[in-house]
Amino acid sequence: MGQHNGWLRKGRIVDAEITLRVDGAERRLTVDTRTTLLDALRERLGITSPKKGCDHGQCGACTLLLDGRRVNSCLALAVAYDGSEIITAEGLAENGQLHPLQRAFVEHDGYQCGYCTPGQIVSALGMLDEAEAGWPSHVTEDLNVEEIVLDDEEIRERMSGNLCRCAAYANIVPAIREVSDR
Amino acid sequence: MRAHDVEGAVAALAEAPNAEFLAGGTNLVDLMKLGVETPDVLVDVRRLTSDRVEDLEDGGLRVGAAVPNSVLAADRKVRTRYPALSQALLAGASGQLRNLATTGGNLLQRTRCVYFYDTTTPCNKREPGSGCSAIEGHNKNHAILGSSEHCVATHPSDMAVAMAALDAFVNVLGPDGDRRIPIEDLHRLPGDEPQRDTILEHCELITSVDLPPLRFLSNSKYRKVRERASYAFALVSVAAALDVEDGVVRDIRIALGGVAHKPWRATKAEETLRGEPASEENFRAAAEIELEDAEPLRDNAFKVPLARNVMVRTLLELSEER
Amino acid sequence: MSTTAPGSATGTVIGAPLDRIDGPQKVTGTAPYAYEHHVDNPLYLYPLHSDIARGRVARIDAGEAEALPGVIAVISHHNAPTLADTRDRELAILQSDEISFRGQYIGAVVAETFEVARHAANLVSISYDEDRHDATFTPDRDDLYTPEQLNAGFPTDTEEGDVDRAFSSAAVTMDETYTTPVEHNNPMEPHTSVAVWEAGDLTLYESTQGTHSVRRLVAKLFGLDRERVRVVTLHVGGGFGSKGLPHANTVLAVIAAQVVEGRPIKFALTRQQMFSCVGYRTPTVQRIRLGADENGRLTATSHDVVEQTAKIKEFAEQTAYATRTMYATETRRTTHRLAALDVSVPSWMRAPGEAPGMYALESAMDEMAIKCNLDPIEFRIRNEPELDAETGLPYSSRNLVACLREGAERFGWEGRDPTLRARQEGRWLVGTGVASGIYPVFRLPGSKVRISYRGDGRYAMEIGAVDIGTGAWTALTQIAADALGVGVESINLSIGDTDLPSASVAGGSSGITVWGSAIFEAARAFRERHGDDPAAGDTAEAGTPDNPDTENYSMHAFAAYFAEARVNEDTGEVRVPRMTGVFAVGNVINPKMARSQFIGGMTMGLSMALHEESLVDPRFGHVVNHDFAEYHIPTNADVGEMDVTWVDEDDPHVNPMGTKGIGEIGICGSPAAIANAVYHATGIRVRDLPITPDKLIH
Repeated sequence: MGQHNGWLRKGRIVDAEITLRVDGAERRLTVDTRTTLLDALRERLGITSPKKGCDHGQCGACTLLLDGRRVNSCLALAVAYDGSEIITAEGLAENGQLHPLQRAFVEHDGYQCGYCTPGQIVSALGMLDEAEAGWPSHVTEDLNVEEIVLDDEEIRERMSGNLCRCAAYANIVPAIREVSDR
Repeated sequence: MRAHDVEGAVAALAEAPNAEFLAGGTNLVDLMKLGVETPDVLVDVRRLTSDRVEDLEDGGLRVGAAVPNSVLAADRKVRTRYPALSQALLAGASGQLRNLATTGGNLLQRTRCVYFYDTTTPCNKREPGSGCSAIEGHNKNHAILGSSEHCVATHPSDMAVAMAALDAFVNVLGPDGDRRIPIEDLHRLPGDEPQRDTILEHCELITSVDLPPLRFLSNSKYRKVRERASYAFALVSVAAALDVEDGVVRDIRIALGGVAHKPWRATKAEETLRGEPASEENFRAAAEIELEDAEPLRDNAFKVPLARNVMVRTLLELSEER
Repeated sequence: MSTTAPGSATGTVIGAPLDRIDGPQKVTGTAPYAYEHHVDNPLYLYPLHSDIARGRVARIDAGEAEALPGVIAVISHHNAPTLADTRDRELAILQSDEISFRGQYIGAVVAETFEVARHAANLVSISYDEDRHDATFTPDRDDLYTPEQLNAGFPTDTEEGDVDRAFSSAAVTMDETYTTPVEHNNPMEPHTSVAVWEAGDLTLYESTQGTHSVRRLVAKLFGLDRERVRVVTLHVGGGFGSKGLPHANTVLAVIAAQVVEGRPIKFALTRQQMFSCVGYRTPTVQRIRLGADENGRLTATSHDVVEQTAKIKEFAEQTAYATRTMYATETRRTTHRLAALDVSVPSWMRAPGEAPGMYALESAMDEMAIKCNLDPIEFRIRNEPELDAETGLPYSSRNLVACLREGAERFGWEGRDPTLRARQEGRWLVGTGVASGIYPVFRLPGSKVRISYRGDGRYAMEIGAVDIGTGAWTALTQIAADALGVGVESINLSIGDTDLPSASVAGGSSGITVWGSAIFEAARAFRERHGDDPAAGDTAEAGTPDNPDTENYSMHAFAAYFAEARVNEDTGEVRVPRMTGVFAVGNVINPKMARSQFIGGMTMGLSMALHEESLVDPRFGHVVNHDFAEYHIPTNADVGEMDVTWVDEDDPHVNPMGTKGIGEIGICGSPAAIANAVYHATGIRVRDLPITPDKLIH
């Protein structure tokens, strides 16, 4: 069985104090340098909307907006992102009203068990920004197109970093489409 | 830890044999959780190297090592001048991973071999001399070219394959200064030292990648074949650039992914095709010459016709779309 | 679609496509899954797994691990408590040094943080006395044996008439073998237990499909009074069967909670660990022989299955079950044989039996239709049975033919050219396929509902049922509303807690049948006793009533699937741009959630056809592609248009709601529709799932 001293420095656990701005609120916390952003939120701050589905960047359930970009928080070491701005699904509602994307997911039943759902929604928000910025995708026919048109095929490809074992995909796409079409 | 500048980062690694550079972390943190990579110290270089894509005086392009994969793929200069690179990046990973992963990190990502990933199964890359579990095991995703009796792993990067086809140069800073490595030389074949993926010294830091000012590279393309429609590593991939005039191949670059321990520059096929008519027949003959020495394993013989077919198809499309 | 429910006063809520009650929680990420319940001062568990498949733990050296700051305990068979009941060899872990499969739990580290626990686990040095193991599944082993019965109590073998004689004299015959691989359920939420042991009381926040069955098991294993064990399960991130029967992870968490009494233990499996010991679908080798007369009427049907089980505990998947009732045939035989290996125990995975069995049967039917020169739909219609051959009973309702016909119309089957490789668009060969679907109406015993009037116009409805993504929170509320004749807003449903009346496990697509019937019964009892104007505190309780019709009718749901497959000429890549599913499932409680169940099942069928395969390396005895990077399930880009509908079906025999259970039927038959489409597109018949590019490249 592999023995290693991988995470220790001079035999001690190294802790660090960091500040994260999460859903608009400044949070100071102490983390083990091995702690990912995902675990920092879930374990240290009790913010459990980002979920741990695989912990290795292979499912997207942990997707957060990190300084405006969607990322897998399970692969981001918290200490490396001291001072960052984070948005989670919990922080999207305004004045007790669900975000339009959240409402669309409810209307279209874009979920079943709900475990991948916060990640799907945050990812979709990030994705919409990327499309707005004119970023092409793997299925964009003309790589040099000026403006991205988000049809179903584009949405599917751009959302493929969020696995859904319940396979709500066929409802997730129209939910996102409804918001992106507006 | 965070160094103040690239020289400091390099010096930190020179002093600490069990330290590693950390950029996006999408491969390193993944491997650390499993105990495959076991650094004592991480030196965060994300903000030290350049995150810009800049024109070079000679007309080429310099890509900073810290440029995120997504930003690089979307860069308009890359999209017009080196489309294969943009396509390769967009075919890789997921939107979220592309936002975190950097140019430097992408080049240095390690194989996806399941036995490499599992610290309880023998692997010469992880532990030289312990054996290769893949040679007689599940090896559908493994190499058909350039492997050795010690290791049959493949390099999983899409970006690196495109860069190999585009004749990129990798700029590296070491304790003794800069060096400029043709991308073809960066990654190694396994040979007797499967534990070494690249020719880099432990403390050398990739600072940028230069793309050459060759005009015809704007007629380039990346085709990736995977089992599912997205978010999966290549079974086989092809990056190619083609310069055809009057139906004759004036210049050509081809690199294959998913077939070897490094991006495979198909130099035999290139040589065969230069100066020849750009016909399907010739493309096919060239592909077959390139794959002549393929040594399939129990599960991956399909990669030979697959690589041939994708090479032919990609070259045909490039010659038609010009 | 009927919107009135029999026996209901107003019948307006059942059949309405209401938004899920837990929708807002799910889209904000605030619905609490097991790991997310707040507990004070928890400790974290990281398991120790065996690295060998058979033998003994020789020595455990935990010194370095124990010395690590933050480590509270290293548990092994040396210091684990002795369980009260050690008969179940899958669940009675840490009771000896014996190892029965690779990945078996042999201990655990408990520490202040997850990172420390994980690190410490890596520092524990374990040496083994290794025995030769046997993890090689092949159908020609000479030690295959016949189980006494199959999962769910079905008989192992059946026989009607002389199949061999009918086969040898049939005008048209086919004899093919189909294989399916090991598959892992892989719900998005890993198995999770948060165990709080305090003064002899145990509270378990558990990710399970059955709170009461977990409580029963834990009480039995640990010799506890059930009243001192409470299991809470408000939300589950999917189960697909793997959280239906309890597994060893729950036991490990409770052991740790006992050893380290006083602090809660949090244990969530890593994705890699999900491939070790929380169940999986057995691989199958299925030989199907069909014989028909010159009119395409089946005279001989045989379905012989070989699959695996663990040496330590038997699980015999009922793979040929559907063949016993699906079609009319003069003679029929089905058999099941098992190879007992040094592997972990197979368990339920969505539609155990029907999923792999219908893949094979519906592929065989396609091959046979072609041999008989008949359209595959026509061939099935010609062999539509009058009665359920196995029991001799009439079907309570059977509208397979209606599903096939409606699906054909919706999908555009008319005028289909059966010629192989006839259609190409660019580099893509295009084909279409059809398959039937079936799933039994299961009833599980042991559910009770309690209704109480709160006095403010609202009724409290309590049952220990679990919503694993099926929509039970909402569906049961709708049923309760109609059963009492009130609006949805008047119902306060409580589920997912053993403090509530006992409920059967969420499995076998039985939830609505069993819990819904109990709700109707309890509502009837309530109104009988308290009338329409109850007083605060009035209450009534009832269990699922017996249904004598189950003795008189064969009850199944049916479906028809259509798929279009595109196969790339150069690469063998397979894409399925559209699927149609038409279902005959009786009444539908909530059309919006029903569509979700159907698309979910059909997509899992697509997954089974094209993607999923757990690769076992027999040299080591474990699954080597144990993560989401290498074990493929569909991404969003793999799923195209999903056209789903259901036929009007009024079945007065199944239960008061007229429903049939819809959670699993979607995967029964849909893989074959895709396999048949791939054949139509390419002329290549792949009889070994998954259908990956390497099997289509020449």
